[in-house]
Amino acid sequence: MATKDSGGQRQTNRKAEEVDDTQAEPSEDVKERHEKLDDDVDSILDEIDEVLEENAEEFVRSYVQKGGE
Amino acid sequence: MSVQRVMGTETEYGIAVPGQPGANAMVTSSQVVNAYLSTTAARARRARWDFEEENPLRDARGFDLARDVADPSQLTDEDLGLANVILTNGARLYVDHAHPEYSTPECTNPRDTVIWDKAGELVMAAAAGRAASMPGASPIQLYKNNTDNKGASYGCHENYLMRRSTPFADIVRHLTPFFISRQVVCGAGRVGIGTDSRGDGFQISQRADFFEVEVGLETTLKRPIINTRDEPHADPEKYRRLHVIIGDANMSEVSTYLKLGTTALVLAMIEDQFLSVDLSVDMPVAALRAVSHDPSCTYLITLRDGRRMTAVQMQMEYLEHVRKYVEDKYGSETDEMTKDVLDRWESVLTRLEDDPMQLSRELDWVAKLELLEGYRNRDGLSWDSPRLQLVDLQYSDIRPERGLYNRLAARGRMERVVADAEIERAVADPPEDTRAYFRGRCLRQYADWVAAASWDSVIFDIPGRESLQRVPTLEPLRGTRVHVADLLDRCETAADLVAALTGED
Repeated sequence: MATKDSGGQRQTNRKAEEVDDTQAEPSEDVKERHEKLDDDVDSILDEIDEVLEENAEEFVRSYVQKGGE
Repeated sequence: MSVQRVMGTETEYGIAVPGQPGANAMVTSSQVVNAYLSTTAARARRARWDFEEENPLRDARGFDLARDVADPSQLTDEDLGLANVILTNGARLYVDHAHPEYSTPECTNPRDTVIWDKAGELVMAAAAGRAASMPGASPIQLYKNNTDNKGASYGCHENYLMRRSTPFADIVRHLTPFFISRQVVCGAGRVGIGTDSRGDGFQISQRADFFEVEVGLETTLKRPIINTRDEPHADPEKYRRLHVIIGDANMSEVSTYLKLGTTALVLAMIEDQFLSVDLSVDMPVAALRAVSHDPSCTYLITLRDGRRMTAVQMQMEYLEHVRKYVEDKYGSETDEMTKDVLDRWESVLTRLEDDPMQLSRELDWVAKLELLEGYRNRDGLSWDSPRLQLVDLQYSDIRPERGLYNRLAARGRMERVVADAEIERAVADPPEDTRAYFRGRCLRQYADWVAAASWDSVIFDIPGRESLQRVPTLEPLRGTRVHVADLLDRCETAADLVAALTGED
């Protein structure tokens, strides 16, 4: 599970094709800013690890709702 | 009008009993609602929701009063027995289908609506906690989200009071592009593509994949971008209640505030026929989904006139028109909240265009995406990882100690619009500037005699009177503190109140 990354990759590629020639130019410092954010986020993840429900797979599988509205 | 308008939200919460996937959601939802009632209003008889819609005589304070409208026996077993109650803050707490639902009391602006919407989370959290503390009960967990990722969706609806005279075609024409594009501001974020998440990836909106048509009456099947349900719960000659079903349930105060504030401003422009441009979108349903599926916010929407623009650019067009409209109409008289909504909206759009990740302290979908990307980077998780799906779900867990949004907010990482103290007060107190004030105060001080209530009435069962006494409240802006506080202060019992209203004193 930890190394399988095909899902996200596929998604990204497909989208890149769709919008292809129409992408807006990303700003230059975006990458840098993302790296800085990542450091902050890591410390939050440690906190969140402790409150996440046990057994993610079982938990999300059994979260079944009826439609509403 | 500016951002000031009678409005409210209604939110169906996801409900789970961990370890008991077979639990009947209608039963557990009823347990939640009843548990709240049994402790907060232990002395009170259960005020039922009044489904009757009758609107006779009016009195000077804005009330209508009719006698002999119903016999008490008619009201005892209405409503299929599903829990359905009115709270002292003027809100409605009930079971809708298989979800506990909270409708805010009527508010007059986006900021107040945020307060009473967030108060709903506290009500629900308290209710679930109490239900779980009943002897033999299991823990019940509630989620302020919109899908189970297995094909089911449940709603967070917005309601806006509008002038009846506004042509509905104008609403459809101008609101559809607005709704397609506003996701980038008020989407809640979702892991999974397609109604049942058969595709992997992240998208901006919880709801986009569940919409199939442009306009319609349905809310559960063939969901329309513009919903035509028209029960004004007010004078139908004067008002329409625009029932918006396309929004996501938001945890972020900024998301909810902008969702309501910007929509109110666009509605004001439509009512005043200010918008001359036509931003009609080619293939709106497909565009709605495409925008949601593109967290980079670079997807180009094609307009019917052939132009192409991103959702952010489309929102900027609306912003520009709203700014002109507000300047034209109010100039230096523009109220502070309208200015604040406009400034925040502009600031958010500018940063979305530059780099969406800058909005991780303000917008739900970006805050969620930042956590998810954090997990992907740290643990090498792919988008089909159950752990990422759990982060998505648990972001909306309303418990302060377990909900991920709540943890972020507690760390000071989410920008706030309102104060905790305001939210806590709103759990018990109604807004003071709508008819919710009258309803809420009646529930607080006459609970033993309130037989039923609804948006447009309060019904009393007065000892010594054979029939129920129904006080219609058809004008949303009557029954305010200014109108009725003195009267309610003066009347110790419901009998006193009814006598005062009918002039029998």
